[in-house]
Amino acid sequence: MAVFGPAELEKASRVTARTGTDADSVDGVVPAVVAAPGSTEAVAEVMRVAAAEGWAVMAKGRGTKLDWGNRPERLDLLLDLAGMDRVIEHARDDLVARAEAGTTLAKLSATLAPSGQCFPADEVVPGSTIGGVVATGLSGPSRYLHGPVRDLVLGATAVRADGVVVHAGSKVVKNVAGYDLSKLFTGSYGTLVVLTELTVKLRPVPAVQRFVTASCAGPDELAPALSAVLASQAAPTAVELERAGPEAPVQLTVLVEGRSGPAEVRAAEIARALDGATTATSPPPWWSRLPGPVTFKLTSVLSGVPKLVAAASSLAGESGLPAQIGGSAGAGVLYLGVPDQAAHEQLGPLLAGLREAARACGGHATVLRAPPRSKASLDVWGPVPGLELMRRLKAEFDPGRRLAPGRFVGGI
Amino acid sequence: MTTEPSGVAVATNAAHAADLLRRVLGPAAVITDPNELATYECDGLTCFRARAAVVALLATPGQLKDAVAICARLKVPFVARGSGTGLSGGAVPVADGVLLVTTTMRPVLEVSADDQRAEVGPGVANLEVSRVAHPYGYFYAPDPSSQPVCSLGGNVAENSGGAHCVKYGFTTNHVTGLEVVTPDGDVHILGGKAPDAPGYDLVGIFVGSEGTLGVATRVTVRLLRLPQAVQTVLAAFADIDSAGRAVSAIIACGLVPAALEMMDALAISAVEQAVRCHYPEGAGAVLIVELDGPIADVEEGLADVRQYCLDNGAFETRVASSAEERAEIWRGRKSAFAAMGRLSPNYIVQDGVVPRSALAEVLHDIGRLSQEAGIRIANVFHAGDGNLHPLVLYDETVEGEEERAEEVAEKVLDLCIARGGSITGEHGVGLHKLGAMRKMFSEDDLATMWLVRRAFDPEGICNPGKAVPTPRLCGEPPRRRHGPHPLAEAGVAELF
Repeated sequence: MAVFGPAELEKASRVTARTGTDADSVDGVVPAVVAAPGSTEAVAEVMRVAAAEGWAVMAKGRGTKLDWGNRPERLDLLLDLAGMDRVIEHARDDLVARAEAGTTLAKLSATLAPSGQCFPADEVVPGSTIGGVVATGLSGPSRYLHGPVRDLVLGATAVRADGVVVHAGSKVVKNVAGYDLSKLFTGSYGTLVVLTELTVKLRPVPAVQRFVTASCAGPDELAPALSAVLASQAAPTAVELERAGPEAPVQLTVLVEGRSGPAEVRAAEIARALDGATTATSPPPWWSRLPGPVTFKLTSVLSGVPKLVAAASSLAGESGLPAQIGGSAGAGVLYLGVPDQAAHEQLGPLLAGLREAARACGGHATVLRAPPRSKASLDVWGPVPGLELMRRLKAEFDPGRRLAPGRFVGGI
Repeated sequence: MTTEPSGVAVATNAAHAADLLRRVLGPAAVITDPNELATYECDGLTCFRARAAVVALLATPGQLKDAVAICARLKVPFVARGSGTGLSGGAVPVADGVLLVTTTMRPVLEVSADDQRAEVGPGVANLEVSRVAHPYGYFYAPDPSSQPVCSLGGNVAENSGGAHCVKYGFTTNHVTGLEVVTPDGDVHILGGKAPDAPGYDLVGIFVGSEGTLGVATRVTVRLLRLPQAVQTVLAAFADIDSAGRAVSAIIACGLVPAALEMMDALAISAVEQAVRCHYPEGAGAVLIVELDGPIADVEEGLADVRQYCLDNGAFETRVASSAEERAEIWRGRKSAFAAMGRLSPNYIVQDGVVPRSALAEVLHDIGRLSQEAGIRIANVFHAGDGNLHPLVLYDETVEGEEERAEEVAEKVLDLCIARGGSITGEHGVGLHKLGAMRKMFSEDDLATMWLVRRAFDPEGICNPGKAVPTPRLCGEPPRRRHGPHPLAEAGVAELF
């Protein structure tokens, strides 16, 4: 990187660039150059230069999830897309919006609110951008009714490793023309393309919200409560749980939304199905927040959720670490959080135990975030079915292995 | 760019493949007799035909894997076929290639109500899943009109929708896992009953890939809790514009109907002649609105829907008060395609999508195209999601009419593209819309899709020539013969 630096990049691409500093580091890896393109075309120009120079590239929105996944093997260029934050189009009558990847969910929300519409994906990590949410496939409580992030993306504009711009999907809610590239890009952690624009489905902001909470002594009491909620016809928006510690009670909170009148009726129906439930108009403090700062993600079949809560609690208890469990019980997605100071000697066995417990429940355990020193000795992603096909896709999209190399599954 | 085997090589290798297939599947399961092969020449889009050299009737996933492995070894192009109800020519065989039939597979259908999942064999009919899930209190949401017959494997290939996809989404929103055989003969398990499998969303890229990335041997689907209540309204308007305004009002107020369908005067007259559904006389347009969900929401929603219809000029609204009355309301809509025979000997069905808000304008444009070309167009469509099915009517025995009809049908797709819509909302690209793909996507977009195709099928033997156009010309010009869907003619299924 001695010859071609920020000044040369600026000249070659007309994009503002500067030298990377420690503040720009990703898991301790400092990029030589940080560039801030302001448009898809600008991103493409920079990526063409990066391709010619053989640079490893990562893209950043607000950097809230940049340290998720493995530490990148190398990083020459960090693309700062925070300035690409326009809501380009809001088709109110079609309930569709198109925004640049650097648009924060908060800004999108504020832009849509006056027309009574919203993007049905929760801001699980404060400050998240829509590009980052799609790149990591991070879904929150509303996934129960509205689907995970992958079901909300109608189309995307992205730049390939070779600098070619690709338009995936369309602007309409119904489209089966060609391959569903948006699905492939969602959750790809920046290893296939750099996302620059997203077209997403919206929904009307509901008039009424009711949070119905039941406190279960433990997983044994959780099981029938969760079953009752899943079997109900009250159509809740979200079914979440929280356990503040390995021996603490399990809070099961169900969100019911809708029009004034019917929503209260449905909330009452859920409350009746649960023993000693309380109903509130605002969420509990833990709602839509990841436990952490070291966070494991655990998935399970629905019937396995209480068992997984029990196993995770017991493993956390054994490790002696203060641990918190929470997540979308109704969707089979849970998170376990432990402190940053946890030693690698404790995390390794904990992860191994969680992985086996999740596997027994038909799911997986991955490390969402952990300090780089811990991640270095952990198998962050675990076994990945279909890895061979994923490698082939990576080889087609990024033969030079320059997009976030080493960050993703199988060292992709 | 993937290379595709030459004609001569295909024919020789196919004969060899037939021998190997007989050894693995047994001779009764391998068809090479020309008369029997004719049955498999086309799918629901009868104008595209080709004859396979050999058709293999598979009984198990293991046999499917072996069959693909044989094709892979000999580099023989193959096509997988479910029930053959597709409307874009996706299951048309490669001439002199191998056709793999999945509907002969021993049916697999396991419901796990506690997990809200079902594991289903690819040859199982769509409606069967809901039927088996029903006693548990669940259903499978994607409901293409051919659902009594169409296969889950076919649904996966096409990412099938249906009338209720405005609320519930499409097949891709309901498949959480797949077992697939890739074109090299390997088996891969993708996803499962639990969500968010680590890595790339291979399930997501496979669904809707129109059988070009491999063949599914097992599908894990999401089941939904049956709704507490269902209400259906038929509303009659003097014209399309007022019906369109009612649609806008319904969507704008935040209601998400389970179904929202519209038909114009020409379509109404056809179904009235065909099935005597007694839609209100003098209607320039009818709306069918179905709401489902919790009772309180449905009742309130129903009152609102009726009000919006009346506010926008509906001169009659009919609410179904029983399952029979609901079926009666739907009968007209469901018989629309088949009823076109009352108006015209031939027709082309298009499947474009436009933004909901552009519907009224696009319908006017279609009306203009129709007048200019002197070709009648009946309109039936999913108003809730902007998915149009213009039925372009013509008589092939009248000189030049078929060409004019095809030209108009093409222009309708151009309209959809100009509005930022799509060339296909449900039926897929197959063979039928390969040309239109170049209008909707740039060469770079198509090249990116080919990256995916190469990753799965580097030898180019898996349903080649379909879905994503290649840079060079392929195949012979299709024989154009549009007409009623053969299954509808046989009275086996209704076209939507």
